[in-house]
Amino acid sequence: MDSCHMDADIASRTEAIVGRLKPLEGPLLPILHDIQAEFGYVPQASLPVIAHGLNLSRAEVHGVVSFYHDYRETPAGRHVIKLCRAEACQSMGGDALAERLLGLLGLDWHETSADGAVTIEPVYCLGLCACAPAAMVDGEVIGRLDADAVQDLAKAVRA
Amino acid sequence: MSVKIYIPGDSGALAVGADKVAMRMAEAISARDLDVEIVRNGSRGLYWLEPMVEIETAAGRVAYGPVKPSDVEGLLAAGLLEGGDHPLCLGTTADIPYLKRQTRLTFARCGITDPLSLEDYRNHGGLAGLTNAVAMRPEAIVQQVTESGLRGRGGAGFPTGIKWKTVLEAEGAQKYIVCNADEGDSGTFADRMIMEGDPFVLIEGMAIAGIATGATKGYLYTRSEYPHAIRMITRAIEIARQNNILGPSVLGSGHAFDMEVREGAGAYVCGEETALLESLEGRRGVVRAKPPLPAHKGFLGRPTVVNNVISLASVPIIMDKGADYYRDFGMGRSRGTIPVQIAGNVRYGGLFEAAFGMSLGELVDDIGGGSATGRPVKAVQVGGPLGAYFPREMFDTPFDYEAFTAKGGLIGHAGIVVFDDTADMLKQARFAFEFCAIESCGKCTPCRIGSTRGVEVIDQIAAGIEPEKQKELVADLCNTMKFGSLCALGGFTPYPVMSALTHFPEDFRPVPMSQAAE
Repeated sequence: MDSCHMDADIASRTEAIVGRLKPLEGPLLPILHDIQAEFGYVPQASLPVIAHGLNLSRAEVHGVVSFYHDYRETPAGRHVIKLCRAEACQSMGGDALAERLLGLLGLDWHETSADGAVTIEPVYCLGLCACAPAAMVDGEVIGRLDADAVQDLAKAVRA
Repeated sequence: MSVKIYIPGDSGALAVGADKVAMRMAEAISARDLDVEIVRNGSRGLYWLEPMVEIETAAGRVAYGPVKPSDVEGLLAAGLLEGGDHPLCLGTTADIPYLKRQTRLTFARCGITDPLSLEDYRNHGGLAGLTNAVAMRPEAIVQQVTESGLRGRGGAGFPTGIKWKTVLEAEGAQKYIVCNADEGDSGTFADRMIMEGDPFVLIEGMAIAGIATGATKGYLYTRSEYPHAIRMITRAIEIARQNNILGPSVLGSGHAFDMEVREGAGAYVCGEETALLESLEGRRGVVRAKPPLPAHKGFLGRPTVVNNVISLASVPIIMDKGADYYRDFGMGRSRGTIPVQIAGNVRYGGLFEAAFGMSLGELVDDIGGGSATGRPVKAVQVGGPLGAYFPREMFDTPFDYEAFTAKGGLIGHAGIVVFDDTADMLKQARFAFEFCAIESCGKCTPCRIGSTRGVEVIDQIAAGIEPEKQKELVADLCNTMKFGSLCALGGFTPYPVMSALTHFPEDFRPVPMSQAAE
């Protein structure tokens, strides 16, 4: 699909989501969540459609999208690792594990590997503070991480 | 009747392999053609023992843990189904000292029942509070909650009954109950455990709040970092609706109340009630100035109760057993129980619900068993990323809202994060500023700019550039943030910073150049 057709496709799929969720009280976040679930990110081409549907300015919609850490401007890798960097995980050596994992992946925070295999993101608490250090990989939770587990993880997401 | 095996489906258990244990157990059971039912319960909160498998016997439930998938065959061979002996056997669950010493009111069912079985919920005292409430006048419900002494468990400690009274008396055709389940503090997981382990108690609490204040619609705002909790509470709401616990006539009372789940998008500041309301309305999670209070002008400008998960989940037992029953636990102005979450570098990490008044030392050393690494405990942070670091010398502080305030700290959402003696408190102070900078909503200057300046000044101390002068600057900056910020994010970031600086001055002395070079 050329970019013009792609934008039209994004717009029509966005319109369907907006139409479905518009009756909610405070529909913007549910709409953005569904859009990210649909496309894997929040495409620029979605913004004017949302703005029109909710009677907002495009700037207002952009303001909301850019405020929240969850919404992506570009698609993530095939695997997404969210590694907890908050205090409970720090107390169990989380910082050293984070350095190790970044080193093994050759990435910095928020980066996606060139082959599109993996994105690594910091997260501030997964509520797994009694089995720290913790991470979430593709929505699955992992606790009691150690050097070996991190090594396995780096290998698994590259496979 | 088939035997029941309990294997938790709580994310804390899943994170350490509970699904794999359950799968292996299911295979082993079907290979042996046994009449066994696997129940995926919530967690009892003994996380160092997870995955903890329990079996129902005539003498009560017997626990085994921590169980690995490879242990399953051995357990069955040792007579697991009869509560047989095995190196992993922990004896009768109820007699495990960590559980036995607790007073479980809010968490009475968590880990015991099938979280989505309404029959289990009823059989364990569920819906008794709501049943009482629907037969009462709203004023009487509010009165009972007020008399129980229940205070906001999210951290602010505001009397729940007073908040409800304000909303009850507020004029408005449409009022709302908003459950703040945006549990973002590191070291806390009580809200998550309730949503995953006993979601009906939260729904029941919200329905009672609705009837008490005249609100017919509820929203539960929770974190995208909690996908399992979202799945469980969403299913529980559907079940509650099918059984007339939610809907146009709650338990046939004629009172309407329904609710839905809303997912946040990774902004810590949305745990602040006014930022939460902005987010719920579909805007940036920017803090609102108060007044007006949410109780007068909350969601969509209408009267709104905003309560934490644990506050709401504590209401059913108050309506069931009475205000006196609840109020008789606790100390001073902190009444009832508090689910303390013991986390981080600690041997026995988990949830410990007890009456207010236990000392910090009892919780850390006695209950928590000291550090997981076996090294001396250096500091504990109480109340999340905005809570103070307490040194051992202050471990006699009782768990009580006022006592913590008097010591320059806060209970917050009752999470305790333990650090051993390898912790660098300068690094922790720096992180407090850094976290505030990452999560600041940007509305007020002390928080937005102060947090970034704070990181820079701490870096100067670390580099040994006029450290004494920098420390004065930090104190001055913290003072500005404390008194000049709109909400607790900027206003409380000084707690971890100043407590680290005050109680651990040795960590803020730059390493002499000659030593650093070695």
